[in-house]
Amino acid sequence: MLAAIGVDSIERLFDEIPRELRTGELGGLPPALSEMAAMRLMRERAERDGAWLNFIGAGAYEHHIPAAVWQIASRGELYSAYTPYQAEASQGTLQTLYEYQSMMASLTALDVTNASLYDGASALAEAVLMAVRCHNSARRVLMPASVHPVWRRVARTLVRNQGIELVEVPYSAEGGHTDPQSLERYAGKDYAALVIPQPNFFGVIEPVDELTDWAHASGALAIAVVNPTALALLRPPGEWGGAGADIAVGDGQPLGVPLASGGPYFGFMACRRDLVRQMPGRIVGATVDTEGRPGYVLTLQAREQHIRRSKATSNICTNQGLMVTAATLHMALLGPEGLARVARACHANTLKLVSALTAIGGVTRVFGGALFHEAVLRLPVPVAPALRALRAQGILGGLDLKPDFPELGHALLVCATETKSDEDLARYADHLARIVGKRPRAAARALKPGT
Amino acid sequence: MLIFERSRPGRRSAAQSPAARAATGEIPQRHLRTRPPRLPEVSELDVVRHYTGLSQKNYSIDTHFYPLGSCTMKYNPRACNAAALLPQFTDRHPAAPDDTGQGFLACVHELQEMLREVTGMAQVSLAPMAGAQGEFAGVAMIRAYHDSRGDTQRREILVPDAAHGTNPASAVMCGYSVREIATDADGNVELAALRAAVGPRTAGLMLTNPSTLGVFEHSILEIERIVHEAGGLLYYDGANLNAILGMVKPGDMGFDVIHINLHKTFSTPHGGGGPGAGPVGVNAKLAPFLPLPLVAGPDGEYRLLAEADRPLSIGRLGAHLGNGGVLLRAYVYMRMLGADGMRRVAEFSTLNANYLMVELQRAGFEVAFPRRRASHEFILTLRRLKEETGVAAMDVAKRLLDKGFHAPTAYFPLLVPECLLIEPTETESKQTLDAFVIAMKEILREARENPALVKSAPHETPVRRLDDVKAARELNLAWSGR
Repeated sequence: MLAAIGVDSIERLFDEIPRELRTGELGGLPPALSEMAAMRLMRERAERDGAWLNFIGAGAYEHHIPAAVWQIASRGELYSAYTPYQAEASQGTLQTLYEYQSMMASLTALDVTNASLYDGASALAEAVLMAVRCHNSARRVLMPASVHPVWRRVARTLVRNQGIELVEVPYSAEGGHTDPQSLERYAGKDYAALVIPQPNFFGVIEPVDELTDWAHASGALAIAVVNPTALALLRPPGEWGGAGADIAVGDGQPLGVPLASGGPYFGFMACRRDLVRQMPGRIVGATVDTEGRPGYVLTLQAREQHIRRSKATSNICTNQGLMVTAATLHMALLGPEGLARVARACHANTLKLVSALTAIGGVTRVFGGALFHEAVLRLPVPVAPALRALRAQGILGGLDLKPDFPELGHALLVCATETKSDEDLARYADHLARIVGKRPRAAARALKPGT
Repeated sequence: MLIFERSRPGRRSAAQSPAARAATGEIPQRHLRTRPPRLPEVSELDVVRHYTGLSQKNYSIDTHFYPLGSCTMKYNPRACNAAALLPQFTDRHPAAPDDTGQGFLACVHELQEMLREVTGMAQVSLAPMAGAQGEFAGVAMIRAYHDSRGDTQRREILVPDAAHGTNPASAVMCGYSVREIATDADGNVELAALRAAVGPRTAGLMLTNPSTLGVFEHSILEIERIVHEAGGLLYYDGANLNAILGMVKPGDMGFDVIHINLHKTFSTPHGGGGPGAGPVGVNAKLAPFLPLPLVAGPDGEYRLLAEADRPLSIGRLGAHLGNGGVLLRAYVYMRMLGADGMRRVAEFSTLNANYLMVELQRAGFEVAFPRRRASHEFILTLRRLKEETGVAAMDVAKRLLDKGFHAPTAYFPLLVPECLLIEPTETESKQTLDAFVIAMKEILREARENPALVKSAPHETPVRRLDDVKAARELNLAWSGR
């Protein structure tokens, strides 16, 4: 090969690089490992992290993932393919994305969805930017405090350099939801959108119809932030209020994506048809080939950075394609009935958990509002040490809300998905009872089999 | 056939969901969904067969040579995937305390340190989830730096006209305006144009080196002086880091901030469009602004740093620590390569590119920058072929699909007419490259003898050329039939 090129060494191929820039040794790098040695190392590391009985939700949810999901998604043809710019060589990926878009549009009851964004939090930021583009003048968006606090921070990071302000709307101390009446103070002012989470960060069901109608009456768009599992059970954003939400976003992780310390997940975004040209990210459309056969292509690319450059709707290029493939498989394997059963089981399990834990003296439910699959509980003792004590028993007992919501006192956010058995719930209740120094009442013990 | 067309009412994979329909408990009736979503009603076998069939309609690295310029489609070693899918890694909740994730955090901390070493930067954050998010973070740090010094009139980012579209788009997302700098006949940034453009409004210059034209910027040290003397900062787009891995460190070239595409240089799979990962590296002056979370250690205990630890941080780009599973794959890849392997990446990718360039030139193709060495990629211009035969770069790209090769990148960079950007990567053998040259020769002959054959390609793919105009005019973005 060198002879063909006409040089005597590989080194000569780098002769355009100034000598003084050439790197000496890469001293800080360890020597190469064989696959056997690398896998031994990784197994040791993985074992250090152990296995836990998990009751944390807070935006990432433990669900059963059918074995077929990742066996198929890991096929080399899907896993090692690039972005489907060469449509004729990418019909597998493109049709899968089209099917995903169809499923997600139906799940949200909106007209169109894109082919994914990075995660739910960054999708929320993109929705804020999109709403501002759609509005004539406003550069402010109403952001309820009942939206995930980290998502709110992410949105702020991603929009603030464009001079966009996120105005925080307080939550109802009794219900844990956004009180439509509390919005009156924002009436008559210029806002591009109102963000509406359903369920919200506390797990509470929001009065989405009133909130959506308020947004529209105020000349603002309604941005729904939704959980895809909940959508199988709860009324979808496209049917909120009189006209439906305009944009819906969320994290797709519950649809077949493992928890994996936080990523890769994927963000989804759906919207009304007339807003599609303001939507960020890749979109797949159906078309035909020269022989009239159906096929799929990336479409409306004039929105995107590789065509429009500085005038693009977003800088996003690489998205979370493989996660969407997994989600498509997951939704197909569950079907409408399966996904609804998962949602119902999550709801039922969380209610059981709440009743088992609140049967312990001093443990109470903080909010009166109806919940989906999470709840905020108040403990009679500080949360952090209680969680540490639970951890010593192999239990991750939930998320301590003190850092983000100190006004709630010893507040703990818990979640029980369909993955939890009655034994799991009873185990949690028993240990928590011991930790807070109270005996569980009969209701909690009743969960334990054989008692 | 769509999965929806396989659907039959009532059919389902009963094993995949709870056996019973639990009650809707305390959810008020008015909040319940009245019509079920239109998801397919199919069996597990239907699903497996349908998506296995779809996968077979894809070209991929595992099935085809994929010389896609600027995308670094190298082989993705299977061990990286196997390690990232160990159950303790996949099952760990992101909000679980750091002490339950010491194994995971040890890996990503070491990754952070190895990336620091190969790029010559002072600190690295793994938070960005793709290259474009890394660019956003990098430019946001440039802005935070200038703002922290009260230097708030710097509101313009310079980018070469050959830059990836993400560069100007990212700058705009940071509230900056963009000015393009011209390229000279040999593919370098035009220094006179750069000198004329810099000034008190210059926030920084975003540069890819080797550039998207497949050549190393000769005058990088002069560029560095011009930008820094004007008070701007220098941003390194790591899209082409593969070409210089272990050979040149961006930090040594004077870059203040960089992003790295782990899904290119460090071989994490592209997955049909993602996920990727776009860690950012900075020199000491920008370190306080790095995006969160950062992984601290290794004094016995690894932990994620948050706002309280880094009050000047630009903030968070996603809900958690970036694309953790992608980070694990890149970590295993780097451990299996070691220091010598890193350098071999640059050597063999450059060798393969130069060999392929010379052989294609011999076969009668015109190289866009014939006086230059190729980096890990190079550009052909088919301008003359188009004049002679009417066959365009896109036609050649489509005809390659018929010959069993994925097409090179076509029509990027925009400033070279009828261009093909070809990047063979280091993982391809000489035999594969030779077979590609033979296919290209055949296409050249076909273009002259039977141009209609090439212009109507592809003929052998699952579908023929698709109607993009119809797709955009008669928007059909979701299945509506029943």
